[in-house]
Amino acid sequence: MKDDIILRVVAKLLMPFMLLFALYVQFHADFGPGGGFQAGVIGAAAIVFYALIFGLRAGQRLAPDWVVEKMLAAGALLFAGVGLAGLALGGNYLDYFVLGADPVSGQHRGIFWVEAGVLLTVAGVMLKLFYMFAGRGRDAGDE
Amino acid sequence: MAAAVAAMVLQRNLFSVVVLFSIYSFLMATVLVALDAVDVAMTEAAVGAGVSTVLLLGALYLTGGTEAKRLERPFVPLVLSIAVGAVLAYGSLGLPAFSDPQAPIHTHVAPRYLQEGPRETGLPNVVSAVLASYRGYDTLGETIVVFTAGAGVIALLRRRKGRR
Repeated sequence: MKDDIILRVVAKLLMPFMLLFALYVQFHADFGPGGGFQAGVIGAAAIVFYALIFGLRAGQRLAPDWVVEKMLAAGALLFAGVGLAGLALGGNYLDYFVLGADPVSGQHRGIFWVEAGVLLTVAGVMLKLFYMFAGRGRDAGDE
Repeated sequence: MAAAVAAMVLQRNLFSVVVLFSIYSFLMATVLVALDAVDVAMTEAAVGAGVSTVLLLGALYLTGGTEAKRLERPFVPLVLSIAVGAVLAYGSLGLPAFSDPQAPIHTHVAPRYLQEGPRETGLPNVVSAVLASYRGYDTLGETIVVFTAGAGVIALLRRRKGRR
């Protein structure tokens, strides 16, 4: 699909908005619908869209395979780490009240990092699945 | 939606099945919006209609496009699925009426979340507050499930370097 000029131009125009919308969904979840899961999927979908049009290699230049793999584990560890931070500061596991100066700011901080962890893992898994399937097809074609 | 499902069952060309599945997901997302579950609708639209369609198309590229014709008549699966569907429909008769304010789910912890949530967590959006804070363990478990699924696919599909 690389040669279709309409797709190329539209993809380039849409990419910033898709990524921005992912960030909006992530950081506006305090007030509107959204959160780490949705933002992760939208962000991953934007990169999948890009890779569909410009080829897998271009997508992997944008989000390299090794980064995506690290994201998988980093997200889960970040989430679990927030829980441990609560323990270290004298609360229960996943207790956010102790993370900040006062309970409400502690909650804010905890939820922020937890959602960031969910975002990393979900986006990583989606991209990795796409890379594995798409990459397999291309390898089979090469052989 | 019923038309999409019927066409999906009857269709032998897997490419059209994938496209119909995507349409079904999108209709499902609009139903969820109508039910005021915007978070779930967003997920359904992005995962069901978006990413999983791409993944299914990728799998289709690897396997080929038509469903094999069955040799035997699938009576046992048909009876089984109708029976399970009937049991589920029967079970749903015992549920409280839709949006009944006296239903157990609305009287247990939900009032506390709604009343105390914004004050305790400082988040105006109760869905986020419940998901990330009150039900943090559940969300942690879900994240681990997603992680495990990804790790499983990597373990299954990765080519070992030495083998070639």
